[in-house]
Amino acid sequence: MSTTTEAQVVLRLQGITKRFGPVTANEEVSFDLHRGEVIALLGENGAGKTTLMNILFGQYTADAGEVELFGQPLPPGAPRAALDAGVGMVHQHFTLADNLTVWENIVLGVDDLSGLSLKPREVKSRIRALSERFHLKVDPSAKVGRLTVGERQRVEILKALYRDAKILILDEPTAVLTPQEAEALFATLEEAIATGLSVIFISHKLHEVMAISHRVLVLRHGQLVAERATDSTNREELAALMVGAEVAAPSIESAAPGAPLLSLREVSTPDHGAAPGLKSLNLTLAAGQITGLAGVSGNGQAALSDLLSGLITPASGEMMLAGQSIKNWSARSAIAQGIARIPEDRHKTGTIADFDLTENAILETYASRFSRRGWMDWARARAFTKDLIQTYDVRCPGPDIRIRLLSGGNMQKLILGRVLEEEPQIILANQPVRGLDIGAVNYVHEQLAKARDRGAAVLLISEDLDEIMQLSDVIHVISEGRLSPGFARGSMRPEELGGWMAGHGFDAEATDAA
Amino acid sequence: MRLEPIEAPSPARRIVPPALAMAATFLVAAALALIAGGNPFAVFGLILTGAFGSKFALLETLNSATPLIFTGLAIAVAFRAKLWNIGAEAQLYAGAVLTVILGTGALGLPSYLMLPLCGLAAMLAGALLLLGPALLKTRLGVDEVVTTLLFNFIFLLFVSYLLEGPLKDPMGMGWPKSARLTSEARLPRIVEGLRLHWGFALALVAALLVWVINTRTTLGYEMRAVGQNAEAAGFAGIPVTRVILKTALLSGGLAGLAGFSEVSGLKGALTLDLSPGFGYTGIVVAMLALLHPLGVVLAALFVAAIFVGADSMSRAVGVPSYIADIMLASALLFMVLAILLTKFRVRRD
Amino acid sequence: MDLFDILLSASFWAAAIRIASPLIFATLGELICERAGVLNLGIEGIMVAGAFAGWIAVWGGLPLWGGVAVAMITGMMLGLVHSILSVPFGLSQHVVGIGLTLLATSLTFYTYRVVLPEVSSPPKITAFQPYEIPLLSDLPIVGPALFSQTPLTYAGFVLAGLTAVVLYRTPLGLAVRAAGENPAAVAAQGLSVTAIRMGAVIVGSGFMAVGGAFLTLSAFDSFFFDMVNGRGWICIALVVFGAWKPGKAVLGAVLFAAFDALQIRLQQTGIGAVVPYQVFLMLPYFLSILALVVMSRRAEIPAALMVPFNKGER
Repeated sequence: MSTTTEAQVVLRLQGITKRFGPVTANEEVSFDLHRGEVIALLGENGAGKTTLMNILFGQYTADAGEVELFGQPLPPGAPRAALDAGVGMVHQHFTLADNLTVWENIVLGVDDLSGLSLKPREVKSRIRALSERFHLKVDPSAKVGRLTVGERQRVEILKALYRDAKILILDEPTAVLTPQEAEALFATLEEAIATGLSVIFISHKLHEVMAISHRVLVLRHGQLVAERATDSTNREELAALMVGAEVAAPSIESAAPGAPLLSLREVSTPDHGAAPGLKSLNLTLAAGQITGLAGVSGNGQAALSDLLSGLITPASGEMMLAGQSIKNWSARSAIAQGIARIPEDRHKTGTIADFDLTENAILETYASRFSRRGWMDWARARAFTKDLIQTYDVRCPGPDIRIRLLSGGNMQKLILGRVLEEEPQIILANQPVRGLDIGAVNYVHEQLAKARDRGAAVLLISEDLDEIMQLSDVIHVISEGRLSPGFARGSMRPEELGGWMAGHGFDAEATDAA
Repeated sequence: MRLEPIEAPSPARRIVPPALAMAATFLVAAALALIAGGNPFAVFGLILTGAFGSKFALLETLNSATPLIFTGLAIAVAFRAKLWNIGAEAQLYAGAVLTVILGTGALGLPSYLMLPLCGLAAMLAGALLLLGPALLKTRLGVDEVVTTLLFNFIFLLFVSYLLEGPLKDPMGMGWPKSARLTSEARLPRIVEGLRLHWGFALALVAALLVWVINTRTTLGYEMRAVGQNAEAAGFAGIPVTRVILKTALLSGGLAGLAGFSEVSGLKGALTLDLSPGFGYTGIVVAMLALLHPLGVVLAALFVAAIFVGADSMSRAVGVPSYIADIMLASALLFMVLAILLTKFRVRRD
Repeated sequence: MDLFDILLSASFWAAAIRIASPLIFATLGELICERAGVLNLGIEGIMVAGAFAGWIAVWGGLPLWGGVAVAMITGMMLGLVHSILSVPFGLSQHVVGIGLTLLATSLTFYTYRVVLPEVSSPPKITAFQPYEIPLLSDLPIVGPALFSQTPLTYAGFVLAGLTAVVLYRTPLGLAVRAAGENPAAVAAQGLSVTAIRMGAVIVGSGFMAVGGAFLTLSAFDSFFFDMVNGRGWICIALVVFGAWKPGKAVLGAVLFAAFDALQIRLQQTGIGAVVPYQVFLMLPYFLSILALVVMSRRAEIPAALMVPFNKGER
């Protein structure tokens, strides 16, 4: 792809600086975006990408610097200014209201609030025209709550196109898509770019950045540290720029499986709203092995994770732990049976924000280890927590501060410590590195590999196919609650796994079995 | 504007907003007193002397604080677990009803058996009354705020029926009033000749016990975990439903004790005006105490002082005693805001 | 008179509509607040304040509709207090609501005592009189039941229609419904969640106060301390019963009121001689709880109800 430096500048950021108390989120960030250009904004979590976009959209006011859109200065702190000037954004966490229809979501905020009518007919026909032109298939009258993740993203893009966006900002758009869906998204974008749309593509997936962008900007600790034309750089260089140093990912060798520790036989669970339950699932977790579970979010991962966590019980089928069929399944019995659980959402499920580190560290074991006949033994709990902090390198002022004040990485280390301390035989790691910086990611991966090497069975659930392929000894794909056969490490290409993620192959499987 | 959590609040940060909240409360009251034609300084002076100015006044304040300590504890316990018990009023009456049923001569027990029996029965009655809404919450997800509120109306009608029917005092000359408790069922006075009764001491013990439960027992830890984040608590294996039900029993029981203490210690019989809203005022007490059981004692004394003082002030000058209710309601609203400002900074973006 | 006679009498249904009227205003007010994501437990106190403010204004010489306006403004000012605390500051909506009910109630009683220091029974005003709508009021049963009501009752039904139209057919209504479901969606479109939610609470509180004023300006002609008597809490149950939809909520209010009118009439029948009157008075409250229980499994509840929104939160 060629650079388009001679083209018209549509967006110019000049010396943007933003501080939150002592933390500098953006420092002197300046760059230009040209018509028909795709720039990738690359950076770790916390590098300042989100803050920068929030400034552009008037949610925050910059402490210094200015934004120019199509040659006009953008008034700071005015949320509508950027939208009205033709900037659209697709957020990583979709900003859709489930109780509204597709068309209602799309026109939300388009008309003045003093308007008297929504003109549904006109709106719907315009949406149909747009979705045809850009191959974004979706029913305008459908309730958003009933749509799949892929469809929701299409609604988000339509929202921007409906407003005649000239600049489209995409925040981690492929995180929730299968590789095939991501391809389709890129195709749509190519078409839109050809009509003069400019794109800012926020991502940390280097191969996508290399594939779609013309130019790459790297943010680190709030500063713009590098700018590269995409065809004059490579993935290795970008990775190093992003982190600031060469960081070697832990090399994880494959291992031979041991005895089966946990197995599910024809297990089904009920659907939960739009989230599918498990459909006659068979799965065995073997000692000394990392089993990776790939799949697009919302395909039954939550049900499987809840099941192994003890939050739900199978509606049918059998669950065996070390050869014993399980009865009376609950979170407490899961913990008692030695299942270590690293939950998907460490803020909502894993920790209690206003509890201090000690109170969080003993959350699962206070009854068995830190109390006698209903009386708490706080001295012991505190000593235990101090040990954890040491052993697992949790950076914090001490065991008495509220966990809300820790960074995501340190919070995750405390959770790791809490569950790994007792050398569990089975480990359920659900999205264990989501939102962490590379240092913390590597730490978590090393700990999981270490646990495997001492003989634990690890189930790694992740939407990041790269992570799954890097760590897993055997990979299953989950789609609409059904599980693919296990694929040995290195036996599948990403595209093949993507086919399974999109739901292909399961029917053939069923016919074979029949 | 945006709220930003403060990592380590300075001592000034912790003290100034609540102090301002109290100042604002008194300012509101002063303005209202002026409107009613009273001199604010005279009004506050009269409230102060009315509450603490004499031995009689002081004992009156302590007596008035007693039911508020119980209901304040009931609500503090429940709110800490995010169980929104707004039904302490009904639970108080449930305790009073049981005390009257057992204590008006049906049982010929000596005092040392009679009093614990009445107290326990009152606790049980209050506890069971809250168990219903708590079960509706845990089983069906019905919001307990509305159910406990509605139960207040239902139970008061029930008491009205009892006082005109089965529990009616035959000597009551048509008033809806129960028979008087026998002397065995009466809480004695702490010092003979002074009006202060042992219910006050019982309230202090209850506060101490709740404090111990909160800080030293697994139940206290569980209740707080469930209140702060029920999802995380459930994930960690804490039996959330059971903890909510236990909280309901404890909370309802404490409110029931308020009814026992009022009937057995102070009034000697049950009437429909046994409680002038102690159940609701308990919410203010608990919030002013930041849900801390020992704070509840102080807050109850403060609230009682304002009520008792305002009553006596109102008789002296023409300012209506409702000024006390206004002060408490505004103290509550100002205080929740102030507490927020001790933990968060308001920032312009 | 047996049950069948009662249910077929026009005066019974006229009473039902009359009893439903204050509930309709207040339920619509609560519904608007909750649709935007704010539970307004100040409703009971706001109704008390509205009842008093409307009445005292008319007693002081304003026309009846002037009294309605005064009640509405009073409610809106109380709504402003609620919304400041619950929306930008995001304080617990339970605590703020209960606190506001205590504040509004005690302020009302205080003002009453200051304005009328020496009266033993409150003065009466000339309340709204029934207005028979030409032609329609001549219909059998339906005519006297529906079309011989006071203008304020008609206003309540008009308001219900208006609320439905605004909620479902206008950009503003769209924004309100989105604010109660996913405020981030509203913020992402450059709209202010804070302004929408505060506006909804203020307007909704105004409606609640008019519901209170109906009691003093239309149903009765005077103000009593305990006249609201839990109606606000019942309206909260009615919003749930109506699945947060104006039409269903109005229907719920009328059904509820019919039941209330029925229990009043049953008290005077043979059953009333056997069953204590308190049982009849309890029925509306039990009915409300029952409505909550039956409707509890529905999923229509606004997803962001009681969830404060702190913009740009990371």
